Amino acid sequence: MTTPLKRGGAPPPAVPPTGGSRGAAAPGSPKGTEERRFLWTKLDTKASPYLFIAPFFILFAIFGLFPLLYTVWVSLHEWSLIGGNEGFVGLDNYARLMGDAKFWNALYNTLGIFLIAVVPQLLIALFLADTLNRRLRGRTMFRMVLILPYITSIAAVAIVFSQLFGTQYGLINYGLGFLGIDPIDWRGEKYASWVAIAIMIDWRWVGYNALIYLAAMQAVPKDVYEAAALDGASRMRQFWQITIPMLRPTIIFTVIISTIGQLQLFTEPSVFGTDGTMAGGTQGQFQTVMMLVFQEAMRYGNYGYGAAISWALFLLVVLFSIVNALLSSRIRSAS
Amino acid sequence: MTATSLTTTRPGGPAAGSPRRTRKRKGGGTMREATPLTYIALIITVLLSVFPLWWMFVVATRDTSAASQRPPTLLPGGNFILNMERLFANTTANFTTGLTNSLIASTTVAVAVVFFCSLAGFALAKLRFKGRGAFTVAVVVTMAVPVQVGIIPLLMLMDWLGWRGELQSVIVPFLVSGFGVFMMRQYVEQTVPDELLEAARIDGCSTFRMYWNVVLPALRPAMIVLGLLTFMTTWNEFVWPLAALNADNPTVQVSINQLNVSAYSRDFSLMFMGSTFATLPLLILFIVFGRQLVGRIMEGAIKA
Repeated sequence: MTTPLKRGGAPPPAVPPTGGSRGAAAPGSPKGTEERRFLWTKLDTKASPYLFIAPFFILFAIFGLFPLLYTVWVSLHEWSLIGGNEGFVGLDNYARLMGDAKFWNALYNTLGIFLIAVVPQLLIALFLADTLNRRLRGRTMFRMVLILPYITSIAAVAIVFSQLFGTQYGLINYGLGFLGIDPIDWRGEKYASWVAIAIMIDWRWVGYNALIYLAAMQAVPKDVYEAAALDGASRMRQFWQITIPMLRPTIIFTVIISTIGQLQLFTEPSVFGTDGTMAGGTQGQFQTVMMLVFQEAMRYGNYGYGAAISWALFLLVVLFSIVNALLSSRIRSAS
Repeated sequence: MTATSLTTTRPGGPAAGSPRRTRKRKGGGTMREATPLTYIALIITVLLSVFPLWWMFVVATRDTSAASQRPPTLLPGGNFILNMERLFANTTANFTTGLTNSLIASTTVAVAVVFFCSLAGFALAKLRFKGRGAFTVAVVVTMAVPVQVGIIPLLMLMDWLGWRGELQSVIVPFLVSGFGVFMMRQYVEQTVPDELLEAARIDGCSTFRMYWNVVLPALRPAMIVLGLLTFMTTWNEFVWPLAALNADNPTVQVSINQLNVSAYSRDFSLMFMGSTFATLPLLILFIVFGRQLVGRIMEGAIKA
């Protein structure tokens, strides 16, 4: 864009199309170019910032914000794949939701898996980060391997874990057999299936969180530890009384991120089901809310009801975020 | 990134500002020594991290009975090529299409996200315009939105556009990312000095040229990491392709899931071969760019 303007300083041939309007006023042309250049610069500085941010906001509005808000609209209608919009029904879909045992079961599963996945995940990550926060041989290698699960394909690994958790032929039951534990029905039993799915999730996320904690640990000034050591505080005590409090913002951050992610849990349990129905086991032992949305919308074609479930999930995520924010500000003001 | 390695080798160094007595660095300062127990814990972690991937590869190179053999075989067998041929010939999986689709979609999305996000990030970090603060806040808010919630209307939108079952349905909705804009904005703010931009402006650079010639070169490290993460996320996307595409035109994840859910034959060596291929491109990228990724996470720059 600027090239023709720059060349404007040089003789005519560069600007044949506009040349006509300016006629033979060759001597006056440098001045006109200057002026146009000034106008152009002004336009450029005024408009460019908006042009630069426009793609993000436009695409987000169409493919992010619109679907989110339209979910509410759809949820207030009897709306199906085949029949399309069959009329406004107010809060009927939500009333149905309140009385739907499948929904409460899915919610229970989602929260249950979330709890038994996230708590050990963050504790192990803290412990690992503390372990890595030493003078080590092969430090980079260890870090790379820790992050390796995080970059692998979720569905692929879920397939592998599904086989490992097989009741009859799975290696995990085989291994447990040596400890004298009878084969566990990982798919059939509700809480066993939660544990299996939680293990898949944690396998992926422990190392990632450990690296985030490690980064935060290295920012803790070393002389705090020195002073504590001089006062005779044990390593254990230093960990609980210095490291953990200093890491509080980071820990809160990882809790929030895990919450938003885990409440939408889908891939691991749906692959673990191995039947493609999204039913989450014969009795819905491990059907999550997102799986229920998928089942309603894709298998039964109930867009309206599916949207109501989605919106309930959205409100839940918002609620959790607010609780998180309140808790973390209280913790902050307390310390 | 270099800052990280400095902090670890010489604690007290760049953790600057702190008192001077951290000078005593006989062989590395105050950082604790690793004990044998440390290494044992780490080696167990390494084994647990690697095992599922190794097992995937082992079964993929053997015949299906290997998955249930007792005691298990833990070394690769000789069926790699055979299983690979079976995988690509399998009509349920449409694996070739899936692999191609995923490569196209992930690359396109990664390039677009890096471009659009660095453009917006640059504007929000360095350009002066009305509403800049509000726009920045809006970007941060979008990061917290659980987008999966909008899956049903998004499907309807795809139907209206006639994109259902077409590759663009897994590309176009993902061309931008709030996280990307935010990350780029932070990076531009930290690395591109205002004087450099002013000098470029005085030299008559248009705003876009400033972006292209001054900002982009400085952004290289952040672009690599954002590109890598975006490629990975797109490659791994599961709910959405499962809803928007179909078995005839799948992504690689949908394709391996086809093998997983086909009730008649749970052919493990085939499934694991598919899983291996679904993981391979990510592994290659990780080997090439993994150090940068670890570096960025350690800097606290990646929080998604």
